[in-house]
Amino acid sequence: MQQTAGRQRRRKPFPTHIFVFLAPATIIYTLFMIYPLLDSLRLSMYAPAKGGPEIFVGLQNYLTLMTDELWSVRFWGALKNNFVFFVVHFLVQNPIGLLLAALLSARRLPGRATYRTLLFTPTMLSVVIIGFIWQLILSPLWGIAPTLLELVGLEQLFKPWLGLESSALITLSLISVWQFVGIPMMLFYAALLGIPDELIEAAYVDGATGWKIFWWIKFPLILPTVGIVTILTYVGNFNAFDLIYTTQGALAGPNFSTDIMGTLFYRTFFGFQLQLGNPTMGATVAAMMFLIILAGVLLYLFGWQRRIQTYEI
Amino acid sequence: MRDTSSLRYKISQVFVPQLVLLLYTAVALFPVILIIMNSLKSRKAIFDTPFAPPNSTTFDLVGYATVYARSNFQWYFVNSLLITLASMFLILFTGAMAAYALSEYKFRGNTMMGLYLALGIMIPIRLGTVSILRLVVAMGLVNTLTALILVYTAMGLPLAIFVLQQFMRQVPSELKDAARVDGASEYRIFWLVLPLVRPAVATVAVFVMIPVWNDLWFPLILAPGESTRTVTLGAQQFLGQFVSDWNAVLASLTLAMLPILILYIIFSRQLIRGLTAGAVKT
Repeated sequence: MQQTAGRQRRRKPFPTHIFVFLAPATIIYTLFMIYPLLDSLRLSMYAPAKGGPEIFVGLQNYLTLMTDELWSVRFWGALKNNFVFFVVHFLVQNPIGLLLAALLSARRLPGRATYRTLLFTPTMLSVVIIGFIWQLILSPLWGIAPTLLELVGLEQLFKPWLGLESSALITLSLISVWQFVGIPMMLFYAALLGIPDELIEAAYVDGATGWKIFWWIKFPLILPTVGIVTILTYVGNFNAFDLIYTTQGALAGPNFSTDIMGTLFYRTFFGFQLQLGNPTMGATVAAMMFLIILAGVLLYLFGWQRRIQTYEI
Repeated sequence: MRDTSSLRYKISQVFVPQLVLLLYTAVALFPVILIIMNSLKSRKAIFDTPFAPPNSTTFDLVGYATVYARSNFQWYFVNSLLITLASMFLILFTGAMAAYALSEYKFRGNTMMGLYLALGIMIPIRLGTVSILRLVVAMGLVNTLTALILVYTAMGLPLAIFVLQQFMRQVPSELKDAARVDGASEYRIFWLVLPLVRPAVATVAVFVMIPVWNDLWFPLILAPGESTRTVTLGAQQFLGQFVSDWNAVLASLTLAMLPILILYIIFSRQLIRGLTAGAVKT
């Protein structure tokens, strides 16, 4: 290249060093992330052919996924379950995260650092471990959950929640919330710490109570964080797999009641038991996940973030 | 206005927060402690007195003995450690280089490049799995640690570059200009800047390490073989086989949790500082 020219003058030579700095990261990232994502989108429009290379079928796979008798049941089922999974996260983790963050950011709180560290512990552990731990705790065999319920006199409420079609999905969503509530907690906590003290002091001087200050001053200021938490959760939820696979297996039982996009993707791609794996159909499921995630991100960027900016200091 | 000595103030501002936080801490830690505690007990004690810590009569390491005899957990640890350290090194090193180029030099396409490299923060790499597997097969890297290391590097780079870039912008330019006047090459200057953003590098290191260590998806798909199995995949498969052996299940869960718990105790300060960094800045 133009290296000789680069040596002579320091101003505006061909920037070899910029190239050297950027190349390694860009090459690995492009080869193992961007190329597979694009190639996967391409594959979603192909179908396997007997003995030959895959053939182009346009949007046929998408149509099959959404309307075919066998495929559509699983697809719409997984999509619906995934939305339930997300809605439970949204409704439960935000209030708990906000409450914990508000308490953690109190002015005088002995043991603040310890609480912060301990409360975040489950978030650090692998989803596989968490899944198994809760499977054991909720197992009627070990009897931990019934014994705990007995302590508060509610033992008749106990059921093998993970094994029942009606409650398995909600139970798994709550387990996931239990694990990941640390993230909203920390982000809300950071946002609350970022509110200038003068603002709060001024409100106190004006005679506002702690409760009013929270709802009328602090809460509007941390609304942008609610948006960030929601979109992070959304992306995470529509990409989830480990928890369901660990506790319910690839078939996401009982009777597919916990089947989400991630498990559907895995089964479609690899096959399971009698079902044969189908890579191109798997790519189609992945492309649908991509579109769902993209729709969420765009909605967040243009629908929520723009409107909420007026509140920022 | 606020009488900090009144009983009402004390109840609402001191006792209630402490009580709620204590209760929730119990909720957060109880399952973890329960598993660790019972992994050290005999089978009978696990079922008879699950809530009691092990004592001299109930203490039993039979679960750990089973895990040691029946699986290659020690090798899973070595694999996980190699994968995590290698990808962490690659992410930090190549990521810092790219972040330095983006923050230091004005060149055509700088913004586009930054956006391109940041795309992966929001798009999960899992969605490209079908093609990643084909690529890995084509490269002859199935069931190798290399495949996992490369994929994890690609996965961690976007966030690392994004965060490191913010911090590198804050390094005063006088320092770099002085070095340039002294005739230092751009590469030399990079090595001068790197130690100055050490805290950011440490934070990013913790952030990229955890998802790599905990990942189940890519080991399951790219490297399911016994010799390349990671702790997370190993635990998942071992637990699937030994469901009825409670001692072994509890012991393997504890073993799989322990490294992360220890690392977390050491690095929690860095991690929490990283998560709440926005608050310190304003």
